[in-house]
Amino acid sequence: MTAVPLRLDGVVKRYDDVTAVDGVDLELAPGELLALVGPSGCGKSTLLRSIAGLVSIDAGRIRLDGVLVDDAHDRLPPERRSAGLVFQEHALFPHLTVADNVGFGLRTGGADDRRSRVEEMLDLVDLGGFGERFPHELSGGERQRVALARALAPSPALMLFDEPFASLDHNLRIKLRQDVAAALKATGTPAVFVTHDQQEALAIGDRIAVMRQGRIRQLGTPAEIYHRPVDEFVAAFMGTASFLPIADDATSALGPIDMRGVEPTAAVAMVRPDDIVFAPAESGDAEIVGAEYHGSGWHLRATLPDGTDVHFMVGHLDPPAVGDRGTLALTPGHRQVVVPRP
Amino acid sequence: MTASTPVDDTAGDLRVETTAADRASRRGWPVGALALAALVVVPIGFLAVSVLNPNTEVWRQQWDTRLPGQLVDTAVLLVGVSTGALLLGSSLAWLVSAYRFPGSKAFGWLLIAPLAMPSYVLGFVTLSVFGFTGPVQNQWRDWFGRDAWFPEVESMGGAIVVFTFVLYPYVFLLARAALADQAGSAYDVARSLGASPTEAARRVVLPMLRPALAAGVAVVMMETLTDFATVQYFGVDTVTVGVFRIWRGTFDRDAAAEFATLVLVVALMIIGIERIMRGRARFGEAAGAAAGLGPRRLEGAKAWGAFAACASVLLLAFLAPTLQLASWAYGEVTGPRGTPNTERFLEFLGNSVQLAILTAIVCVLASVFIANGSRFVSGRSTGIAARLTAVGYAVPGPVVAMGVVLSLVALDDVLEGIGLGLPGAVATGSLVGLVYAYSIRFLAPGLNAIEAGMAQVPEEVTASARSLGARPSTIVRRIHTPLARTSVVTGAVLVAVDALKELPIALLLRPIGFNTLPIWTFNLATESRFEQAALPALAIIVVAMIPVALLSRQLSRGVERA
Repeated sequence: MTAVPLRLDGVVKRYDDVTAVDGVDLELAPGELLALVGPSGCGKSTLLRSIAGLVSIDAGRIRLDGVLVDDAHDRLPPERRSAGLVFQEHALFPHLTVADNVGFGLRTGGADDRRSRVEEMLDLVDLGGFGERFPHELSGGERQRVALARALAPSPALMLFDEPFASLDHNLRIKLRQDVAAALKATGTPAVFVTHDQQEALAIGDRIAVMRQGRIRQLGTPAEIYHRPVDEFVAAFMGTASFLPIADDATSALGPIDMRGVEPTAAVAMVRPDDIVFAPAESGDAEIVGAEYHGSGWHLRATLPDGTDVHFMVGHLDPPAVGDRGTLALTPGHRQVVVPRP
Repeated sequence: MTASTPVDDTAGDLRVETTAADRASRRGWPVGALALAALVVVPIGFLAVSVLNPNTEVWRQQWDTRLPGQLVDTAVLLVGVSTGALLLGSSLAWLVSAYRFPGSKAFGWLLIAPLAMPSYVLGFVTLSVFGFTGPVQNQWRDWFGRDAWFPEVESMGGAIVVFTFVLYPYVFLLARAALADQAGSAYDVARSLGASPTEAARRVVLPMLRPALAAGVAVVMMETLTDFATVQYFGVDTVTVGVFRIWRGTFDRDAAAEFATLVLVVALMIIGIERIMRGRARFGEAAGAAAGLGPRRLEGAKAWGAFAACASVLLLAFLAPTLQLASWAYGEVTGPRGTPNTERFLEFLGNSVQLAILTAIVCVLASVFIANGSRFVSGRSTGIAARLTAVGYAVPGPVVAMGVVLSLVALDDVLEGIGLGLPGAVATGSLVGLVYAYSIRFLAPGLNAIEAGMAQVPEEVTASARSLGARPSTIVRRIHTPLARTSVVTGAVLVAVDALKELPIALLLRPIGFNTLPIWTFNLATESRFEQAALPALAIIVVAMIPVALLSRQLSRGVERA
């Protein structure tokens, strides 16, 4: 039987009069990768550090691998918790070789066992043969892979990532997050992955927790979070969205809305850019006010007579120009989401 | 995701199973750091409290005799030296920062050399060369006749000049750093807004320099206040001399301690003056990558004038006295008289080195503990402890010394009370008291160096090591100390050199018959045996050059980078 790798009950952390983490409950399934996402200052890093034991919590309980490690009175120090940590940068021991870095956390077994474990871990992150190098001889991406191997070497019950790729360039991040996900799946290690990048969260998480002001606003699969956000904040944070007022008869400027039982006056409709079609028309009531080229297509912004901003995409090479007019409609067959009126 | 059913673990353990080692490592750091802070603060506290129960007899006697004069002398000396050091230090800093002239870059770091010259050394060299019987006045009388007027060297004026030459580098260093780091862009902006160079300097640069100048002047005043050796050569009678006189004259420790509170009061006033001078400005508020002052090239007579100004200060404050000492020492060592007997020199050198090493060990161990403590335990207590342990540096040596005497006497009494009396007088005549007082006084430079080294070790490195299962003691040994090694060594050197140069505390607390190089130098110089004092004085200067050289290297590197 496997223990629950991580379980948080009502975790609270205050700094003077700021409540950084405000009553978080969370449970991780074995082998699961949870992306913890939110704007800077939302408490996601503090929560991660509480789990690692680097900060003490003011209320609640933290269980790691079935062991109570913090009950806000007593707590186990970080070195007695079975959690591996990977930070953004600077965290390798600069005076030790790659092999000594990876072997640092190995305390059991003979020298031979340790050496073969180090080699196994370096192979896992595609760095076989790098053991005798020093951290300063590696590229940024290689250093992060060493940090990953080092944290995985003692077989932790849980891995914690604190914005590990924030300092790397775009293409390298994509490659590395695939490598990380592969290494975690290969070892069956569950993980909490903190990021402020929505794309990264959507790409890597089995589930995503969206945090704001110390609380988890929504917890769900990437598709749920993106297409069924619980409120306007989650909707806007996870990607570009338009929010359309809804009239009493459940219609919006772009067409009828499926209210699914919600009072029209209490809600707005959330529409993603790919759920809107645009038809050029001189007498159309939408005016294009902004255009950005994104390679795969154009992101356009239009205003409606009531002042609502609408974001949508067109794929073709001959986009409408700023100042053009047209009509906007909801893509047939796509369901819209209503979120509470802010 | 795996399909196995997780165990329901809510029913089981309801307590965190901490071990004794967990609790020890959690409480050990703050408790240890606070204990160290207490060891530093308690003696000063003892001293401050001693005045609550004053011996009116002593105070009345002092008030009727020397005290009024001592207060006046202290005030005149402090004002004179700080004015002199402020003017000399800031003008030299402005010269080497704002202009280019022959040697300007080298002067940038050469001009801190007088930091290696103890005032009690420059003092006696000045007296012997410029004094009534010295070669300068002899020549003067040959030229202008027997009764030709010459300024009195053995005077308040003489003391002020000597202290100014020895202490201006503190102002110079801080002003130069401020000019190099911050003032440049503001000066350029002021010029672009139509201000003339002088106007920009007066209205923009000078106010920006104010915190640096205030800090420099405060250090200068503290160093002046702590001295009671140099001033005695010049017949200047300060309150600090008063402490020494009472202690050596009567061995009445309570009276001396009470009198030392007066020195403490003056020290507090100096800190207050610094705060007021600094105003609301704070260091390092320059936003982002502020540039240094772009220097202007001087031509012709102006360039050589600037060169001459810097060169003459360096010559008078450092080169000439060092050469004079070298020539005396050479004459003594090779001369027919056979003095200064080298055996005693080696014995006193050994004493000094022993004291310096013991102090360095104590200070480095304490600093490593404190610097690591704030890394492992987040909380106010370790931060407060770190700040408290550094206060000794801002407390004049005689205050620390008398505080240590009082504390050790109290400890003696307590131990005797529980039947553990120590052999001999711990308080008044042991190396323990001396090392204790030195450590209080010199912990700050060691701690600063080691904390700076620890700051180079990112928090994430520590956190990673802990999450990999390493206990704090393992991390100190395997990660922090190897990474901060250079700073630990630097800290040890700074403390050791300060301890080797120290005179006032040694004079007050030394065990009977225990001499250090500074004490020996001072004693020989007071007896006007200048030639014999030259060798130990020279040895002190050579050792004191070590940290100055370290500092110079940093400064010249900074120039290269810029």
